[in-house]
Amino acid sequence: MSGGPSQPLELREVTVRFGGLVALEKVSLSAPPGRVTGVIGPNGAGKTTLFNVVCGFVRPRSGEVRWRGRPLVRHRPHRLTRLGIARTLQGLGLFPGLTVLENVMVGADRHARAGLVSGLLALPRADRDDAALRERAMARLDELGVAGEAARRPGELPYGAQKRVALARALVADPDLLLLDEPAAGLSAAEIEELAALIRGLRGGPAVVLVEHHMDLVMGVCDQVVVLDFGRVIAAGPPAEVRDDPAVLDAYLGEEVRDA
Amino acid sequence: MGAFRLTLVRHLAGAAAGLVALYVLTTSVGPYRDLQIAQAAYLTCAVAGLTVLTGLGGQISLGHGAFMAVGAYTAALVSAHWGWPLAAMLAAAAVVTALAGVLVGAVAARLEGPYLAGATLAFAVGLPGLANYSHLTGLLGGQNGLTVTPPVPPAALGETFPLERWQAWIACAGAVITLFLLANLTGGRFGRTLRAGRDDEIAAALCGLRVARLRIAATVVSAACAGLAGGLLAVVASLAAPGAFPLTLSLQLIAAVIIGGLGTLPGAVWGALILVFVPSWASDAASSSGLSHDVASNLPLAIYGLVLIAVTLAFPRGLQGGLRDIGGAARRRLPPSLRRFAPGGGAPGVPATHRGGADEPTTDQASAPDPDPEGAGGRDDDGGGAGGRGERLRR
Repeated sequence: MSGGPSQPLELREVTVRFGGLVALEKVSLSAPPGRVTGVIGPNGAGKTTLFNVVCGFVRPRSGEVRWRGRPLVRHRPHRLTRLGIARTLQGLGLFPGLTVLENVMVGADRHARAGLVSGLLALPRADRDDAALRERAMARLDELGVAGEAARRPGELPYGAQKRVALARALVADPDLLLLDEPAAGLSAAEIEELAALIRGLRGGPAVVLVEHHMDLVMGVCDQVVVLDFGRVIAAGPPAEVRDDPAVLDAYLGEEVRDA
Repeated sequence: MGAFRLTLVRHLAGAAAGLVALYVLTTSVGPYRDLQIAQAAYLTCAVAGLTVLTGLGGQISLGHGAFMAVGAYTAALVSAHWGWPLAAMLAAAAVVTALAGVLVGAVAARLEGPYLAGATLAFAVGLPGLANYSHLTGLLGGQNGLTVTPPVPPAALGETFPLERWQAWIACAGAVITLFLLANLTGGRFGRTLRAGRDDEIAAALCGLRVARLRIAATVVSAACAGLAGGLLAVVASLAAPGAFPLTLSLQLIAAVIIGGLGTLPGAVWGALILVFVPSWASDAASSSGLSHDVASNLPLAIYGLVLIAVTLAFPRGLQGGLRDIGGAARRRLPPSLRRFAPGGGAPGVPATHRGGADEPTTDQASAPDPDPEGAGGRDDDGGGAGGRGERLRR
């Protein structure tokens, strides 16, 4: 896997250990822009740890994460949006005390310019800045079909709509890399179908990395799939190839594919 | 559209309305009530600052009485040693306390829940004790504290202008300015990001927010308000002494925040009013009841406690939250043609918390110019209007 500007996210032989437990063992992958990369694997295979390494929550013991051709060292979660990386959380992580619109406006905070002093004095600059954020946020909510819920609290919405809000909050930062942590969890079949359409709609935009259990979604939307098992990459390639890979069938997919 | 779309214009109008109402109020009552209004006004500063930190930032502080002490002593010292004029003295009180807030905030941002409560509690207990520290008694005046020369009403107001009314004006001006600035701050980006950090720290960090830094900033803002409150207390009481800042003061401030409605600025006004007027009303009632001295002298405290319990039971989200619920229910009974809805909110499904008025940016933006742009401007003690919402403390 070669570096370069066409491959924004690259993991090179990343190893993470928690005590004696090997969470990731020499994992390498790359997520090209405009494409959807799926990371699958059984529970405990290291999928979420992989995201946590990219986000700076977990430091790898060895190996490196490269982003836009440069190694990411000592990056902290709050710097990610400025690096052009956005992530949705497994548990959604919406702010329950904020309205839907405010949730998304917080996601757009990277674009905010008004500082503490102009806010304190309510200078027209602060008003304009807030209006611009609101406009950005409303545009994203509109794209995702939840603009009508802007004034409500996330807790009042059905789960599927909350997912859309979380996605809007991640997208409003205009990321170059979007990390989706189990976006299909808790969704109905119809909602997963809608989600797949949304993710397909992102193609050509940011690099998308998707951690997911739901096979139909992964096979339906991903351009390439990386299969983890016990912290190792056991297969990587286009969905159709991975699906038929005997190692994958053994480790993980066997039963599901036969069921299907 | 018009100028009323500007936050600045709306909040200034609210502040002006508050000042007018306070002018009418203070000139129509006697010196004793004026002094009580002054007390309520400086407590409003402290409670409003604390409600931003605790209600919007999710950081509890049991040490705000100590911040008030810092402000009071700063005001007394700059006035005694350098003879600074009133405004400079109060500004110094706020600035020095804000600096103390940087230190406390840097520690507090790393603590949560009971640890934070414990640390700030220690601050409240320990700091006023400094005045009795033998090496500092020369500077701080020990147990007797420092006297502050009372402010002199300007000659233009006439020779017979009561000092208490002038003190009330000073304190009320401080409260209105505090509420105005806090309403600006909490209605915009700062308030929004602060609440986001309170609700979910990890998600907030992933949105690019530096949650610890936001909390420190909230502590500094909150400390500056408490410092101003302390400076005003020194001016109103003409004294800065350790006895004025017992632990119970800190606890009363947090009680006022919760009773008024966590995170709302009008709630801070309610809380401060309760702190001042309920005990005084209770002791008036007790002394005129004709009960035996033993009963009458203990009755005020009992009544005060009962009022606090009753308010907490009747309005779990504080007085301000309760008022909003009632207002929301009343509005739902109006014919549909008179109602205004937040965007996308279904008719009865819109919760009462969205009914607050202009402090909701979403309501602002979606509806035509709001008919009641200063959600709280009608109440006499409210200058700056509303900022946050009645949220529960997340812990």
